[in-house]
Amino acid sequence: MSAPYAKLPAWADYGLIPVINLAVAFVVAGFVVLLVGENPFRAAAVLVEGAFGRGQGIAFTLFYATTFIFSGLSVAVAAHCGLFNIGGEGQGYIAGLGIGVVCLAFDSVLPWWLTFPLAIIAAAAMGALWALIPAYLQAKRGSHIVITTIMFNFIAASVMVYALVGFLKPANSMAPQTRTFLEGAQLPKLNWVIELFGAKIRSAPFNISFLLALAMAFLVWVLIWRTRLGYEMRTYGHSSKAARYAGISEARIIIIAMMISGALAGMMALNPTMGDQHNVALEFVSGAGFVGIAVALMGRLHPVGIVLAAILFGMLYQGGAELAFEMPAISRDMIVIIQGLVILFAGALEHMFRPYVQALFASLSPRSVGMEAIKGKGA
Amino acid sequence: MAQAAIELIGINKSFGAVRANRDINLEIVRGTIHGIVGENGAGKSTLMSILYGFYQADSGEIRVGGQPASIKTPNDAIALGIGMVHQHFMLVDNFTVLENVILGAESDALLKRSITKARSELERLEREYGLEVDPDAIIEELPVGLQQRVEILKALYRGAEILILDEPTGVLTPAEADHLFRILKQLKEQGKTIVLITHKLREIMAITDTVSVMRQGTMVATRETRKTTVEELAELMVGRRVLLRVEKGEAEAGDVKLAVKNLTVKDSRGVTMVDDISFDVRAGEIVGIAGVAGNGQSEMLEAISGIRRAVSGSVMLDGKPIDLTGAADPGELRDRGLAHVPEDRHHVGLVLAFEENENSILGYHDDERYLKGPFLDIDAIRNDARDKITKYDIRPADCRLKTANFSGGNQQKIVLAREMEQDPGVLIVGQPTRGVDVGAIEFIHKRLIAMRDQGKAVLVVSVELDEIRSLSDRILVMFAGRIVGERGPEATEGELGLLMAGVERQEAAE
Amino acid sequence: MDMFNAIIQVLDSTIRLSVPLLLACLAGLYSERAGIFDIGLEGKMLVGAFAGAAAASVFHSAFIGLGMAILISVAFALVHGFASITHRGNQIVSGVAINFIAAGSTIMLGQAWFQQGGRTPALAPDERFGAIIWPGADALRGVPILGPIYSELISGHSVLVYVAFLAVPFTWWVLFRTRFGLRMRAVGENPAAVDTAGISVAWLRYRALICTGVLTGIAGAYLSMVQNGGFVKDMTAGKGYIALAALIFAKWKPVNAMFACLLFGFLDALSIRLQGTPLPLIGKVPVQLMQALPYILTVILLAGFIGKAIPPRAGGVPYVKER
Repeated sequence: MSAPYAKLPAWADYGLIPVINLAVAFVVAGFVVLLVGENPFRAAAVLVEGAFGRGQGIAFTLFYATTFIFSGLSVAVAAHCGLFNIGGEGQGYIAGLGIGVVCLAFDSVLPWWLTFPLAIIAAAAMGALWALIPAYLQAKRGSHIVITTIMFNFIAASVMVYALVGFLKPANSMAPQTRTFLEGAQLPKLNWVIELFGAKIRSAPFNISFLLALAMAFLVWVLIWRTRLGYEMRTYGHSSKAARYAGISEARIIIIAMMISGALAGMMALNPTMGDQHNVALEFVSGAGFVGIAVALMGRLHPVGIVLAAILFGMLYQGGAELAFEMPAISRDMIVIIQGLVILFAGALEHMFRPYVQALFASLSPRSVGMEAIKGKGA
Repeated sequence: MAQAAIELIGINKSFGAVRANRDINLEIVRGTIHGIVGENGAGKSTLMSILYGFYQADSGEIRVGGQPASIKTPNDAIALGIGMVHQHFMLVDNFTVLENVILGAESDALLKRSITKARSELERLEREYGLEVDPDAIIEELPVGLQQRVEILKALYRGAEILILDEPTGVLTPAEADHLFRILKQLKEQGKTIVLITHKLREIMAITDTVSVMRQGTMVATRETRKTTVEELAELMVGRRVLLRVEKGEAEAGDVKLAVKNLTVKDSRGVTMVDDISFDVRAGEIVGIAGVAGNGQSEMLEAISGIRRAVSGSVMLDGKPIDLTGAADPGELRDRGLAHVPEDRHHVGLVLAFEENENSILGYHDDERYLKGPFLDIDAIRNDARDKITKYDIRPADCRLKTANFSGGNQQKIVLAREMEQDPGVLIVGQPTRGVDVGAIEFIHKRLIAMRDQGKAVLVVSVELDEIRSLSDRILVMFAGRIVGERGPEATEGELGLLMAGVERQEAAE
Repeated sequence: MDMFNAIIQVLDSTIRLSVPLLLACLAGLYSERAGIFDIGLEGKMLVGAFAGAAAASVFHSAFIGLGMAILISVAFALVHGFASITHRGNQIVSGVAINFIAAGSTIMLGQAWFQQGGRTPALAPDERFGAIIWPGADALRGVPILGPIYSELISGHSVLVYVAFLAVPFTWWVLFRTRFGLRMRAVGENPAAVDTAGISVAWLRYRALICTGVLTGIAGAYLSMVQNGGFVKDMTAGKGYIALAALIFAKWKPVNAMFACLLFGFLDALSIRLQGTPLPLIGKVPVQLMQALPYILTVILLAGFIGKAIPPRAGGVPYVKER
């Protein structure tokens, strides 16, 4: 049977359309820059220069990207199961509790390579637990998971304040944060990798959790497309009725998918705590969980796309920091706007440009034979 | 000289690459009942949607009452006196009859006056045409026949002179259908023009004055009804002689393979849909369940296959009982040799976004053949899918293609191949050929009979009475959630029709 | 009498706290009744709050502030409509996007324009909506029981409070007594029925979203121009989501919505009142628990002590003509 529209080649579907969506998001963001009285082109130049101009910038870009890979994967895993986990922020935040406890307990006795796995488990477990409750309520009581996970973000914030002004805080300190972790809970830097290419880096928090993020991206790919569980998740994500027919338990698959999603969101807390600040402080997640939504949509829910989109957002964060420094009228909240615009254009409006691109391809394809011939002649 | 109510001249309409209507010419005479027949997908509904302004023709001309008309929206059609009763009723289920009737035809911004006006107007229509219905009843609490009456009232309330009915009897019992036909005749006598779209030739012969036949988007013939025959129309519809009955030998029924005991099912609102039914299916026979849609067949299938939880009841599979009231799991029933081809292949039997090979393991994805530990054995799955594609002649023969890109018939073959190739003891099939092209119907019927001849127990549920009669060795008729009768394959359509209408049951009660 | 005064005070702050919820909840009612899920109530309130306070402080007029709040909020509602009606995008995703754009742009523009760390300048009394004292309120204050009820609970609120409560019967009337309401309810249940009746589904839904925008704009203006004397970043603090929960709790009915919002407002008022005071049996409750209480209660209410809430049937599904 013929498809009603010209089918797009994969590179257009997975490359061209996201790029168009992104470009439009940036054009709109450019208008916001104009609104605060700055030159958007200069802003873009500062941004790119800040992100990639020096080794230092690259290291920071990849440092931010690390967190976004985790949060993007978290959103994607849930989305493949048809669930919108908007609670990555809270799941990541609450994971700080697990990390804090593990690091404070073991940083003086264990080397980092033993503390790290323990912290991974603690972070994943806390994140999964924080996702479990909304998942259970959705599966068993039909609560809307989007609203419950949002509520759990707020509740997580209260819990963390309670913990950080209470038992996690050193007795003699006023600041609501843990003490600085000892070397046994500090992750080794990866800056030397960038320096191999001849760049100089003074200090940047780019660390080994980046490798963990890449490993997780690969594991998520295996999970979704190569395992029985992933098959069941995708089935449920596309059609809950088909899943029921296939004997897939609705409650089980919702809970498992959300817990995996929550665990990934939890792991994103490793990077800023053990990799950078060496403590657990108030609001250390600072919106990274929400960035995951944009990253996942931009990356079309595929781990490769997510890694690329995460690097893009890492660039925005790093370049955005430089931008805020260079142009005081532009604060880092610019990133939040861009994030929203990307979600709008790559998510809600993802089909806006598709018909035009399809029409373009359709108008090209009948003549493509002829064009080949012309090219052949010219060669 | 009879005057044309509607003339369609050179109508063309394409959806992407699909040409739904090609160069259609049609003249409908005022004050007649004009039938349009054709198979599913022949383009009948598209043509009528163009006439009703729901779609725009790519080219062609419409004339209403001799005047060229531009119909861009349903509003234009309504203004020209064209009304439509859709196949799927366009009613708001939780509104009252009155609210539905005035929707879109309110006289002013506040409802009060519209409602008063509609109330008296409904009374008038009730007197004139015998269209009785309680104006304050909530739609979802009305039986289907009355809901359809509301649709007709909606059109008449808007001053329709030309009434289009799209497959109006699909959800009606034969008795309700007869009642509808009486109403239509009465409307005709009052000078209204009726266009009846259907694929049921019996109805065409019974009620129309003129009949036009469509095939694959073209108008192939127009005949005076009294000068044609069912055979001629059938041949025009499919372009060759239809196989009205599948060739098959005598059934050799063996032991009971599937025994359904005291099954009661309620829907989500708590209404009893299946009411304490029991029956057996033996090895080597096809049992057909006939009935008008909505009499509990769907719920029964879902309960037997474990998709829907029953209030009471069990199935005996190969002599072992399985309770259906607990968390009966479709997977468990499948393991016990019950294969199920569901009624709704788009949402239940298939995941349209999946590749063909992924759908060929749906429900059997936990089978060791397709797994290596927790991982999918991609090679095994694709090889298996390719085998089935060859064996069931699924086209295109590409197991990596998205399932949505297959035609209805081929999608149904994907499901059948998956379920039949598991070599189940029991096969239950809902609407085996709904939305399937003629060639595939024949193929599917032959396959089902082959299953029977291999000694499987086959249960077929269909709202197509012809299909039930040609496939079944025994026919059970369902009405209002109960099995109201059992007949042999020799039962006449009339006999079954009465059972489907629940007539015999009422007489027995009196 | 102390007890009585305490109750009056809690009820008074219940009213004040439930007003933004009520306005947002009714806003959500319009869009969801028309079949458009709107998780972007939060963002629309936020931009409304910002635009209101910013315009009021620049033009020194509360009414210009209110107008601007409504205007900008409606503009955001139309973006949601553009994505979810015209382009049939995912309504949840679109709403989330709007919330982010709102959160980011209010802070950034606020900082760029006013240089007060994302705040707008504190509003002078004439740039805000002041309290309306009802006739005789002061005179009757001394009357036992009824006096305080009249002078504290009924009199002495800003005009927007009365607007919010009058919006309840008004919404009911629109919904069940007007042609627009009939069509709006129909389009949320079965858009195909509306389409075949010759009514534009898209235009109807856009109009419903405009109503949503107007109400979220007023809700935002209330936050920044009545409850607070200026805009503070993220000042909606989840109220948009709680309003959505209240809407579900209210089963999409206007009068129920009022009671649901009063309940949430009451719990909020109670938790503020009880902060720091030891409770009998339990002892002193951590302040964080009290702050988290509205969110926890939302979760509990959504988890089902509400019976079966049946949302408008076409909700969240973009309308595509059947082929």
